[in-house]
Amino acid sequence: MTIVNTVNVDQKLGIDKFHVDEGNAHIVLKKDKIDMQEYQKLMIACPAGLYKIDENGNPQFDYAGCLECGTCRVLCGKTILEKWEFPQGTMGIEFRFG
Amino acid sequence: MSDDRFDAIIVGGGIAGTVTAYLLAKEGLEVMLVERGNYAGSKNVTGGRIYSHSLEKIMPGFAQEAPVERKITREKISLMTEESNVTVEFSSTRLGEQGSDSYSVLRGVFDQWLASKAEDAGVQMVTGIRVDDLIVREGKVCGVIAGEDELEANVTILADGVNSLLAQKLGYRGELAPHQVAVGVKEIIELSAEVIDNRFNCREGEGTSWLFAGIPSAGKVGGGFLYTNKTSISLGVVSTLSELIKANKTLPQMLEDFKSHPSIEPLLKGGKMMEYSGHLVPEGGFHMVPKIIGDGVLVVGDAAGFCINLGYAVRGMDFAVGSAECAAKAVLKANKAQDFSAGFLQCYQSFLDESFVMKDLKHYRNFPHFLEETPRIFNGYPGMAADIMTDLFVVTGNPPQPMMKMMMKHVKNMGMLNIAKDGWKGVRSL
Ligand SMILES: Cc1cc2nc3c(=O)[nH]c(=O)nc-3n(C[C@H](O)[C@H](O)[C@H](O)COP(=O)(O)OP(=O)(O)OC[C@H]3O[C@@H](n4cnc5c(N)ncnc54)[C@H](O)[C@@H]3O)c2cc1C
Ligand code: SF4
Repeated sequence: MTIVNTVNVDQKLGIDKFHVDEGNAHIVLKKDKIDMQEYQKLMIACPAGLYKIDENGNPQFDYAGCLECGTCRVLCGKTILEKWEFPQGTMGIEFRFG
Repeated sequence: MSDDRFDAIIVGGGIAGTVTAYLLAKEGLEVMLVERGNYAGSKNVTGGRIYSHSLEKIMPGFAQEAPVERKITREKISLMTEESNVTVEFSSTRLGEQGSDSYSVLRGVFDQWLASKAEDAGVQMVTGIRVDDLIVREGKVCGVIAGEDELEANVTILADGVNSLLAQKLGYRGELAPHQVAVGVKEIIELSAEVIDNRFNCREGEGTSWLFAGIPSAGKVGGGFLYTNKTSISLGVVSTLSELIKANKTLPQMLEDFKSHPSIEPLLKGGKMMEYSGHLVPEGGFHMVPKIIGDGVLVVGDAAGFCINLGYAVRGMDFAVGSAECAAKAVLKANKAQDFSAGFLQCYQSFLDESFVMKDLKHYRNFPHFLEETPRIFNGYPGMAADIMTDLFVVTGNPPQPMMKMMMKHVKNMGMLNIAKDGWKGVRSL
């Protein structure tokens, strides 16, 4: 199944205010081979569109634009995620409107 | 008993946490509230509108002082297909009467105001600190752990929101199930007050709540929403996780398509996107409420699953306030008796049962299941309504059909029995 996505979510995230905890990822994917069927769920459901595929079809994920919703943990916490925490205090997304 | 122990520690500076803290401090208890964000509200997202009834009881006339956006005096619900939109609109002065009034709010602003009320009442607010775990001794919760620090309290209140990692750590519930939660994605689009008044036919300070079923959530369980704020529009899509993963487009794409729908785009014209957000909504209702009482601990608000999504209305904030009030009553009683055991704290459950929180959750307990079991609401009826309206309003020069025959054609397509069954089941679940 092809999943339609023509939106540039990164551009939208660029408007948000983040305090990125550099070098301290609060969400980490498992190191071993990722089950792509599971990964696809996150490609559809992550509101920040952070679960991407690179040119070679490999998973590419960056925690920096995370909105801390919890969707990926609920869907794949037991399958392809190694770790899901809230960022440390003061870090991460900061909603001005919310 | 150590001197630096608090009467109560509250985790989470959302609506549930700030209101619980406020009520306890007002009665003279030593209360600390710990919030991981840099300010109360900095991590919080709603649709949304708050029904005032429960906060009104605690802070009478709050809307005069609080940074609410607009008083909602116009309700719209729509069935939307790719090219059409069928809308029912209700406006009434009854919607704005004190006690049954409701307001659009922006949580980044509103929660800070609530927190300031709590601080004025004497709450010690600590922001920018994430609670990592709870101090548990012989099954009794004795306070919180944040990094190297431990803080003790007679009672700890978990107001840490829908994800409540702390309730999970305590074993009060397992991981959320994909059919129990929806994810919402939302944009704040800035427009001048005057433009909003004109486009939405609103008087100054008054506004619209608008919910959509059908194409916004790609025909899956969920929908679109639009709320008018003072000088912005909150526009978003909500989709139940178990259904969302079957969609053929991404959630951000659904929002984008919703924004560019012919009946939405003109309303947003010239608007500037100010923020993009995402958050989970607990939608399982009564059946998802976990264990909420233990030795030295209570769970309130979204962390307890106190939220309902009825399609034409979402209610979580008034439940957050209502459960906060019940928790505060229970803690005050426990404080008087100096008994914070699970047995004594059962009075929280009794207060909830007597309040609208449990009454309403019980009343609507079958509704989430009804939505899940009735995909036609999202992928059938919007199309049927659009087809009927098209036959009614689109003049092609072809000979017209008698109205009854025309209607019956569309009804037959859907199946008369299906419609009767869905209607019957739907009404019964309400
Ligand atoms: C898209 C969407 C639309 C909605 N629409 C409506 C609507 O129109 N009307 C309505 O009434 N409801 C609506 N709701 C539901 C409503 O927003 C929630 O029910 C309400 O926000 C719950 O408040 P709360 O205080 O329980 O939780 P939250 O507001 O989530 O607060 C939890 C707080 O705890 C903090 N926290 C979490 N973990 C920790 C930790 N470990 N340490 C320290 N702090 C922590 C968080 O930072 C946060 O501040 C909507 C929800 C969404 C997502
Ligand atoms: S928590 Fe939400 S925003 Fe963050 S990566 Fe997971 S799904 Fe995306």
